[in-house]
Amino acid sequence: MSESRNPLKARLRRAERMRQWKAFGLIAPLLGFLLIAFVVPIAAMMLRSVHDTELREVWPNVTEAIGGWHDRTQVPDEAVFAALAADIKASYAQKSLPTAARRLNYDLHNGRSLVFGTARKLPDAAENWTEAVISANQRWADPETWGAVARASGPFTGYFLLAALDRNRTATGKIVKSPPEEALFVGVLERTIVVGLAVTGLCLILGYPVAYLLATLPPNRGNLLMILVLLPFWTSLLVRTAAWVVVLQEHGLVNNALIWLGIIDEPVRLIYNEVGVYVAMTHILLPFMILPLYSVMKAIPPGYVRAARSLGATPTTAFVRVYVPQTLPGIGAGGLLVFIMAIGYYITPALVGGAGDQLISYFIAYYTSSSVNWGLASALGAVLLSATLLLYWVYNRLVGADGVKLG
Amino acid sequence: MTATGPQANDPLVRFSGVRKTYDGETLIVKNLNLDIRRGEFLTLLGPSGSGKTTTLMMLAGFEVPTEGEIELDGRSIRSVPPHQRGIGMVFQNYALFPHMTIEENVAFPLMVRGLSRAERSAKAREALAMVKLESLWRRRPAQLSGGQQQRVALARALVFEPQLVLMDEPLGALDKQLREHMQMEIKHIHQSLGVTVVYVTHDQTEALTMSDRIAVFNDGVIQQLDTPQGLYEVPQNRFVASFIGENNTLTGTVEEVLENGFCRVQLSDGHYVTAAAVNIAGAGAATTLSMRPEKVHIEGYGPDHVNRLMGTVKETIYHGDHVRIRLAVAGNPDFVVKMRFRPNRPQPEVGERVAVAFAAEDCHALDAPAESEAE
Repeated sequence: MSESRNPLKARLRRAERMRQWKAFGLIAPLLGFLLIAFVVPIAAMMLRSVHDTELREVWPNVTEAIGGWHDRTQVPDEAVFAALAADIKASYAQKSLPTAARRLNYDLHNGRSLVFGTARKLPDAAENWTEAVISANQRWADPETWGAVARASGPFTGYFLLAALDRNRTATGKIVKSPPEEALFVGVLERTIVVGLAVTGLCLILGYPVAYLLATLPPNRGNLLMILVLLPFWTSLLVRTAAWVVVLQEHGLVNNALIWLGIIDEPVRLIYNEVGVYVAMTHILLPFMILPLYSVMKAIPPGYVRAARSLGATPTTAFVRVYVPQTLPGIGAGGLLVFIMAIGYYITPALVGGAGDQLISYFIAYYTSSSVNWGLASALGAVLLSATLLLYWVYNRLVGADGVKLG
Repeated sequence: MTATGPQANDPLVRFSGVRKTYDGETLIVKNLNLDIRRGEFLTLLGPSGSGKTTTLMMLAGFEVPTEGEIELDGRSIRSVPPHQRGIGMVFQNYALFPHMTIEENVAFPLMVRGLSRAERSAKAREALAMVKLESLWRRRPAQLSGGQQQRVALARALVFEPQLVLMDEPLGALDKQLREHMQMEIKHIHQSLGVTVVYVTHDQTEALTMSDRIAVFNDGVIQQLDTPQGLYEVPQNRFVASFIGENNTLTGTVEEVLENGFCRVQLSDGHYVTAAAVNIAGAGAATTLSMRPEKVHIEGYGPDHVNRLMGTVKETIYHGDHVRIRLAVAGNPDFVVKMRFRPNRPQPEVGERVAVAFAAEDCHALDAPAESEAE
């Protein structure tokens, strides 16, 4: 109807649609790649941090029956005990008991021995399964033990996310702090953010003058310096990190030079501690600070500082009041880039840091490949992602998205 | 300008023997001697690379003279850094600080001088009112048009009441109409404040319109320093004659130097003319004759004159209020005559042989081109 009334509009729409489809066709490969390689894995990881079906698959009866447990201050009723006994026997026969034991061990102290011990002592038949189970292991008389089973019975759980923040839930559902000997991740997250901020600060202090020099040198010498800045990009990350091990180790270049100069008598510990982490990470992330700063500085005409000088500003005032404010977009972009990369850094702190200097990414890797606790690994990943997004949001509120200039 | 002290008649700025080179080989400014008077509007005019901007930058303190002395108010400023010279400056690209509001920009010179916030604000508003932009104080430079930005830059250079303001091609980025408007505005501000202005431009119309005096630069040397009228009416050499205004040239040889400042010149085609001897080496020397197109008449269309040359009309171009007639005269194929357009009178036809006539005092005998650059 409307098309017949306004043929020009319809034609315009048709012509535009053609153009839009063509444009979409051109970006479709990239979009598909991003979807498969980026969006789907992240979504799967986020899902895994709250999705929990391990226990459900091997103990179907008790995870079902525990849904009817309402008074969480008392142990559940006979039906639940019976279901537990049946599940333990069935999973013992199917050799899937270790899966259940591992899952309960996440949440329960000595959960593994509890499960195996109960399975060993459980009678083949009993009139009262409640008594039989409790006599197999006294811990089944504690509602908290059943709370762990209830929390693990899925299919969705907040357990991993809470654990990643050093929190857990009691049987009655209250969120409490984990005992100090188990609290680990908040400290790690704090350390990660402190290291990230410190490395960002060091990169800014070291990178700002270099970027200024790059932007103000005549082109031929500027290009040479630029190649020196970019050189690290062309070297493998692993090689650069290993080089720092060589330079900073006990009898490395730095220590030998200091001893030769008579500044120190004994080698100073420069690696496998915080010093090593700061030095290596600052070096590796420095170009990510220099390049955005350079691109912003390059666009600032020298006339501004001259104008400020002619209007009566001392060189320092002209620099601080006129030049630096105009480089804020570069400082913001470089700082954000370095900080986000720093809090997600894995290989460098893993190689040059000590046991107490590991960042959150180390624990994500540990839970992914060594301990195979993917739920916790995903939850830590989700916490890291949230922290990053939160900081970006704060930054955005302070500086504004248009304040970011990358390249 | 008030004649309060004995030094009131001394120049405000004196360049003596200033030379400047960037690479140690070629001199950008060669032996510059220039006095800038208090309260005057002095323009440094010249083509690009003539040394005029370098001269301005040496005065502002952004370049150091290789040799020679610059005095401001009787004191050498060789060791005075730019921020202590108290010279206001307006740049071609305005150089308004993009992260500050208009008011903050104008108040910047006051801030660095330690004035209180209230004082700063009051003076900045006053300066903005002077350039008729008081309502825009809260905006950012990017929200203003080019003309408005230039006015803010002007207010900023004047707000701290400097005795000397430098302007480096401030209107270069504006379109023609706005440029002409701003020329008048700057001229009026100069007149009402009595501040000394040194203005750099390569636009001769701008220089003629605004200046009290103009220093014409070429090749690192001041070719002529004179009032606009002096420059236009009596150019001292070939460069000034051709750079300022339109100009017809004829080449010849000085036959005889006459009494009372005239000379007889034999043109390259053998004809003789009488010319004012402005800049000639003497009898027998080669010379360039320079005539303004509006000072030459076609015989029968204006008064008769002592000099009379035959030429062929090549082209007539209608310009509304006047007609330009291009002729081939005495070996110059581009000899232009400018005459008033009268609708009722017949114009010279293309191809017609006519006589051009001009007075001896309107024909200036100047220096001859060097052998190497002879056309």
